[in-house]
Amino acid sequence: MKHKTKITGLMAALLLSTASIAHAETLRLLTWGSYAPEELVQKFEERYPDIDVEVTFSNNEEMIAKLRATGGAGFDLAQPSHDRIHAAQMEYDIYKPLDLSKIDTSVMETSHLEGVKANTTIDGEVYAVPHQWGTSGLMANKSVAPDFKGWGDLCDPKYEGKTSMRLKRTILLGTAFSMGHDPFAAYSDLDKYQQILDEVAEKLIDCKSNIKAYWKGGDDLSAMMLSGEIVASETWDSTAYKLYGQNKDIVFVPPETGALAWIDTFALPRKGKADDAAYKWINFVLEPENVTIMSGSTGAIAAVKGGLELLPEDKRNAVTAAFTDADIANLKFFANIPAGVEDMEGKTLEKIKAATGG
Amino acid sequence: MQSDIKRLSLILLFAPFALWIALLIILPHMGMVVLSLREKVAPRVYEFGFGNYIDFINEPIYWNTLLRTGSMSILVTFLALLIGFPIAYYIAKIAGKRSRGALFLLCLIPLWVSDLIRAFGWILLLRETGVISSFLTDIGLIKQPIEFLYNDITVIIGLVYTVILFMIVPLVSTLDGMDNAMIEAGYNLGGNGFTVLRRIIVPYAMPGIVSGCIVVFMMTAGSYLTPILLGGKNSSWFTEQIYDQFITRFNWESGAAFGFLLLAFTSVVVWIGLRLTGQTLANTVAKS
Repeated sequence: MKHKTKITGLMAALLLSTASIAHAETLRLLTWGSYAPEELVQKFEERYPDIDVEVTFSNNEEMIAKLRATGGAGFDLAQPSHDRIHAAQMEYDIYKPLDLSKIDTSVMETSHLEGVKANTTIDGEVYAVPHQWGTSGLMANKSVAPDFKGWGDLCDPKYEGKTSMRLKRTILLGTAFSMGHDPFAAYSDLDKYQQILDEVAEKLIDCKSNIKAYWKGGDDLSAMMLSGEIVASETWDSTAYKLYGQNKDIVFVPPETGALAWIDTFALPRKGKADDAAYKWINFVLEPENVTIMSGSTGAIAAVKGGLELLPEDKRNAVTAAFTDADIANLKFFANIPAGVEDMEGKTLEKIKAATGG
Repeated sequence: MQSDIKRLSLILLFAPFALWIALLIILPHMGMVVLSLREKVAPRVYEFGFGNYIDFINEPIYWNTLLRTGSMSILVTFLALLIGFPIAYYIAKIAGKRSRGALFLLCLIPLWVSDLIRAFGWILLLRETGVISSFLTDIGLIKQPIEFLYNDITVIIGLVYTVILFMIVPLVSTLDGMDNAMIEAGYNLGGNGFTVLRRIIVPYAMPGIVSGCIVVFMMTAGSYLTPILLGGKNSSWFTEQIYDQFITRFNWESGAAFGFLLLAFTSVVVWIGLRLTGQTLANTVAKS
């Protein structure tokens, strides 16, 4: 008898669970770590009880690689940066055009919206709208490195063995700017770009002995910076803001040649199955109170009107401590990456890594 | 009837193995071969050719990294054997019946934690402000904190630690099967400790040594996390190049070619190793 009730109970549970599967729609997000805070996901699922949210954390390169592997299947909403859409779409056909009428674009900061649209329009169709923006630049511990101000200072012998950088394209571009070049303008002339890259490589190979280690993720960078093992580094602004919360001496430093700005976007994978849920999520996270929760988690500024005011207070303080209006005006937005550039940059990075320089 | 049942059971027993080999090993590798022979000429346009392999030969960075990975892996294998052999010998021959299980378990325990966590463990210990460096400063042995992390020696330590178990297990199982009388006979015939080791124990343990070395070498050459996390500015590892080709450069074609080159390279190294020691796969790995 007891046995029987157990089985019926099990059956009932099974039926219930299959029933809920049959009803619920799943929204599969492919996004950055911290871009789907638990609090928001729960709030979203409460508002739309028939949608389940599944989150996969990733980064630009892996997002494209994942979508490429399946031809754009497996996810319903992706969030690559604005410069990673055009070429990826041309080459691998992994996104589908957005239906802008389903998105409340009126709340978005016009300059960002127009910028992203211009960057991601192919054959008259728009493939992405902006979500959050932020910058890559430098951070320094002001108590020991008070006049740290440009990309080139990472290679200043004054800070020997006390600086770090990530060996990715950001540092190539930053160093190019600090040497007086405009790498984005050179995208149209790849021979010229190769020359710039060669110069940059030479400089960064010389610089190797000055660097303690190349950081690989926010965690090892934070550990090195907080422990005082390094005094300055190339960084994402959000990492610097987080550290500012723990040590007020550590500030984000927009390089004098301009911080490099990125905008993370919303884009629909080509074989996504829950477009409506995806649009609901987009509009949901654009609501002012949700923007604050999101920015609190990401440390980035939402690309909505008044995005800065919607930051949680501690993050807003960190931003205002770091940026003047002139710095904001001096931002260098990442330009669309034309085909072939990733390969050239990859080769340059390999060359730097393989060189023996201390 | 009887033979039908026999055949059926043979097929059923063989099926999982055949499926595993075909679906998870042969098929993906064939896909990789095809991929590695495609040359990208324009967006969404590909041509058949050996361009990706030619690129590898023409770029010293690539084959230098491969050689570096290979030689460091050989060093790791050698160190693992050097450290693993006495441990295995102790567990199999010297330790008592009851402590043997416990010792074996102790060797296994680190494996219950993922590679990543173990690498972070090393990072905590070895970093400039880490446990070892601060301990040495505290007891006054060194004045300035020392950075132990981010160099090739750390990578080798980390790798030996990760793979040594795969050396110990086959060694223990071969040594376990060895009759103690053989060692005694060796001594009785006037051999000293070294002769007994060289003429009796090592030859007997050869199947275990060879299979342990092969497994360890393959695992080291193909490892990714440990060299990346513990390595420094100059520590390139070939798997990192493969990752970069696939993920950062979106160049799956040459990533696939690199994957094959790594497979070919490690196979050749194993073959040379077998040749030099005069062993064959049949009388070593198959036996252990």
